[in-house]
Amino acid sequence: MSQSYNRGLIEDFSRWREFSAGMWAWIFHKFTGWVLVGYLFTHIAVLSTALSGAAAYTNTIQALESLLVVRILEVGLLAVAVFHILNGVRLLFVDLGVGLEAQDKSFYASLILTGVIVVASIPTFLSGVSI
Amino acid sequence: MSTQVPERVEDESSGESVSPGKQKRDQKKLERAERIQEQREAEAAEKARSGDDTYHLKVFRYDPEVPGKQEPRFDDFYVPYKQGMTVLDALMWARDHYDSSLTFRHSCRQAICGSDALFVNGSQRLGCKTQLSALAEPVRIEPLPHADVVKDLVVDMEHFYDQMEAVEPYFQTNSLPDGELDEQRQTRENREKVKMSTRCIWCSACMSSCNIAAGDNEYLGPAAINKAYRFAMDEREGEDMKQRRLEILEQEHGVWRCQTQFSCTEVCPKDIPLTEHIQELKREAIKNNLKFW
Ligand code: HEM
Ligand code: SF4
Ligand code: FES
Repeated sequence: MSQSYNRGLIEDFSRWREFSAGMWAWIFHKFTGWVLVGYLFTHIAVLSTALSGAAAYTNTIQALESLLVVRILEVGLLAVAVFHILNGVRLLFVDLGVGLEAQDKSFYASLILTGVIVVASIPTFLSGVSI
Repeated sequence: MSTQVPERVEDESSGESVSPGKQKRDQKKLERAERIQEQREAEAAEKARSGDDTYHLKVFRYDPEVPGKQEPRFDDFYVPYKQGMTVLDALMWARDHYDSSLTFRHSCRQAICGSDALFVNGSQRLGCKTQLSALAEPVRIEPLPHADVVKDLVVDMEHFYDQMEAVEPYFQTNSLPDGELDEQRQTRENREKVKMSTRCIWCSACMSSCNIAAGDNEYLGPAAINKAYRFAMDEREGEDMKQRRLEILEQEHGVWRCQTQFSCTEVCPKDIPLTEHIQELKREAIKNNLKFW
């Protein structure tokens, strides 16, 4: 084949109309995993303020928790963590070769369950914050 | 559809000896029938363009050898629908009635030769196994993604075949039966175990659907791993050979590249549980290497 037409990455992606459950699950799992890693650093940074004394830590936490954005980000973090855990369990079953025929259903179940848990958590996360 | 020209009077002339006169007349009749047939098809094509009972195809076109066709484009074809018409039937109709340069591979027309895997309405399917009636219009037909297009719907399969060859896709054993003429018997259970994996028709639909294979050219891909499964799980090959096969599969671009996206399993026209087989080989590879005693 002296000449042949290579369509390249971008074109391939735009042509992909039937993105399947397993592909979405993979993308979401990667994404949520790395968001969790990112949060880990933030988490350590905030906790480290305790090194400069109990008051510093309390002040930091209170300042952060009084912000609406932080509360919303917390809801987002919960969503990401819950999805990662549920889909992680799904992936462990896939690795064991258990229930492979239900892999798409278990992905949708993870999504729905994540949604339900997140919605149920909103009152707690947003309570007592002034806008 | 088009390759079987209907209404030929063939059985009439068979049997008793035929006079030259009758032969001539038959010949004339045949020619006329063909002419009428052609006329009818031309009319049908004309009607197809306007009629309701047609399918609108959008077909990817590209030809590096013709200056005007080097820029990839989509051609529209309107094909009259007949009950049971497949994507391949429609393509053949379009080729025979509109544009004889429309190029695509096909042979068996019954999902067994594996030559007409295409990208139809956004997923990999065999043209001959896909009913037009199951598709939304316009039916968008493209060559398999993640492969170089040679012309129109024809892609270069060389890389796919290389990956298939890489897993030594043939039976090998060094535990032969005692007698020279003894058969190499397989148990029913073992045959059942490899049954699905033997069905592969080398169409490359799975390889084309796999995002990992798209990003890693060295990845063996689902079909090759499935082929390896077929032999690794065959008890007649013996332990030594299984060891050898697992070594091939465990390599950097072997089973561990699989990220269980299940796209291969979803597109395989022979319903081979590819992900299941890949996962089983992963577990075999681990069992093979983890020894606590
Ligand atoms: C109960 C909790 C968790 C479970 C069940 C879980 C499960 C999994 C599984 C099974 C995978 C492998 C996916 C694959 O096969 O490719 C994975 C990937 C990953 N996990 Fe988790 N995980 C959990 C918590 C976390 C946490 C807390 C973090 C972050 C600190 C995290 C970060 C990641 C990342 C970054 C990946 C993707 C790695 C890659 O790019 O391949 N996970 N998780
Ligand atoms: S495994 Fe299925 S999709 Fe892949 S080449 Fe074989 S028949 Fe085609
Ligand atoms: S023509 Fe043989 S598989 Fe479709």
